[in-house]
Amino acid sequence: MLLALPILVPLLTAILLHLLPQRSRLLRVVAFSGSLGVLIAAVWIFVLVQRDGFQVLQVASWPAPFGITLVADLFSAVMVVMVSIIGVAVTGSSFAGVDPRREALGFHPLIQVVLMGVAGAFLTGDIFNLYVWFEVMLIGSFVLMSLHRTRAQLHAAFTYVGLNLLASAFLLTAIGLLYGQAGTLNFADLARAWPERRTAGLDAALSMLFLTAFGIKAGLFPLFFWLPASYHTPPAAVGALLAGLLTKVGVYAMIRVFTLLFPDPKAGVYSVLLVLSAVTMVVGLIGALAQRDFRRVLSFNLVGHIGFTTVGLALWTPAALAGSILYVLHHMLVISTLFLVSGLFLRQRRTTDLAALGGLYRSQPGVACLALVPLFSLAGIPPLSGFIAKLAVVAPMVGARQYLLAAVALSVSLLTVLSMARLWEESFWKPAAASTSSSVAQPRLGVAILTPIAFLVSLTIGLTVLAGPVSTVTARAAEQLLDRNAYVRAVLGQGALRAGR
Amino acid sequence: MELLLAIVAGVLYASGLYLMLRRRLAQLIIGLGLLSNGSNILILSAAGVTRARPPLMTPGVSGDQLADPVPQSLILTAIVIGFGVLAFSLVLAHRVHQSTASDDIDAIGSDAARALSDKPDPL
Repeated sequence: MLLALPILVPLLTAILLHLLPQRSRLLRVVAFSGSLGVLIAAVWIFVLVQRDGFQVLQVASWPAPFGITLVADLFSAVMVVMVSIIGVAVTGSSFAGVDPRREALGFHPLIQVVLMGVAGAFLTGDIFNLYVWFEVMLIGSFVLMSLHRTRAQLHAAFTYVGLNLLASAFLLTAIGLLYGQAGTLNFADLARAWPERRTAGLDAALSMLFLTAFGIKAGLFPLFFWLPASYHTPPAAVGALLAGLLTKVGVYAMIRVFTLLFPDPKAGVYSVLLVLSAVTMVVGLIGALAQRDFRRVLSFNLVGHIGFTTVGLALWTPAALAGSILYVLHHMLVISTLFLVSGLFLRQRRTTDLAALGGLYRSQPGVACLALVPLFSLAGIPPLSGFIAKLAVVAPMVGARQYLLAAVALSVSLLTVLSMARLWEESFWKPAAASTSSSVAQPRLGVAILTPIAFLVSLTIGLTVLAGPVSTVTARAAEQLLDRNAYVRAVLGQGALRAGR
Repeated sequence: MELLLAIVAGVLYASGLYLMLRRRLAQLIIGLGLLSNGSNILILSAAGVTRARPPLMTPGVSGDQLADPVPQSLILTAIVIGFGVLAFSLVLAHRVHQSTASDDIDAIGSDAARALSDKPDPL
């Protein structure tokens, strides 16, 4: 029952939010308590998984290969905790004020729907169910993105919808072909039965289909173009939610499906993934340098750093996979914080164009220092979490004798430093642009809008201080991912492996 | 029968992808619809087609003589999801058309870039 809570709580909250009288104060409190509830359930699941290993729930008591199974291993549990943290920060940021029109159109319930979809995708143990959660989360995010009338936002929403639906069609195709050959949809049953029924040709076709589908969702080169085209238009809270969660679901699904279904590290798909990851890093970060808008710079950085999260899967060693998981955790936190920071500019200057920003260090030095932490953490400046995560990703590359790859990753990190330093310089340090300093009443940034940012910043610092225990957890998560038999035993029972042979 | 279904699925995929590569909103949406129908037919044929053996257990019939009900339920789910998504994209396209009086995706995009720099974005 506990495993279903991260899905049920947002669902019930969303329903409640529709039924309650539409007073914004009440809605915000209810939405925030819903997110807090998910956080409590997620931490509880994490503690149980950490103590007892796999947690499995057979929904409606249908036994494993026939019904839908919810499974939490360490990777899922950690990801659900991260989702709930970002959910708390995003719903908390709504206390600082939401566009009333947006609120009337269902801003709060939609955020809960997205949270439900993401949590479901992380917890499910059934590949078709994964597709369904993808759709739940996409529909929620579609509506969140198009809750507005401006042409830029409508165009962005359309690009986003079109490409994500294409990815869903690819995923559905791959699932259909997989079912046709393996005759089951349960991850554990697939992991047991599929390696015996595979043929080389079908294996290659399926793995490329899955790579394309998840690559579009995650934003891998050359499939990422929808992302920078759409993430700079929605309001800051929505941007933080989508940037923090949606691409990471693509990465999670890729890691989950490939470790269970394609356990041959020499398969051609992993060479493709390796090259694509490296190119993604380079293209994303060079793209970021060419941008002149705070949120566009962030979007390209988001793309570039996805390369760091998929490279571990391509290398297929426990250390590399652990590094990638650590990078996903760090990146979720930091990129959401930075999108919330862009909300400060929207509040104060009504724009995130770098030319119109500046002067914030003079007026509110505390805010500028607060924003410095996520910016420098993303850049990977020691001792912040970005440095530790980058180290965890790059060190296994050297260990696997991929020196060229390590060189690419390190030079890309240098580009990130450049791009982040420029962001801070342009948006905080330089004197306020002449056109804005003369205009009337720049509201001071109050406690309500700063608290969620401070919350996430403190967690980033926490991730830095607790880097030791956290990397122990990610190392164990990577081991669990690579031990497919443990997953099969946990879901199907002890005798499952012998019976299948 | 399976050959016919495979050809139909292939034609649906090809025409769906061709329409999605066009620049018109309406064609993009029709393409999406064709693509999702193509994948439904693919699921049906990949899982094996049986003739006139509905998956209903009656005494004296063993399970492996019947059609597999799972692909059918998958397709049913996919149709429902596809329908919802299609309805949403139609509404979205309608709103794009209302606010831009154009259904050329690229033209909307270039106007959008200008509109973004002119008009500040409300929080």
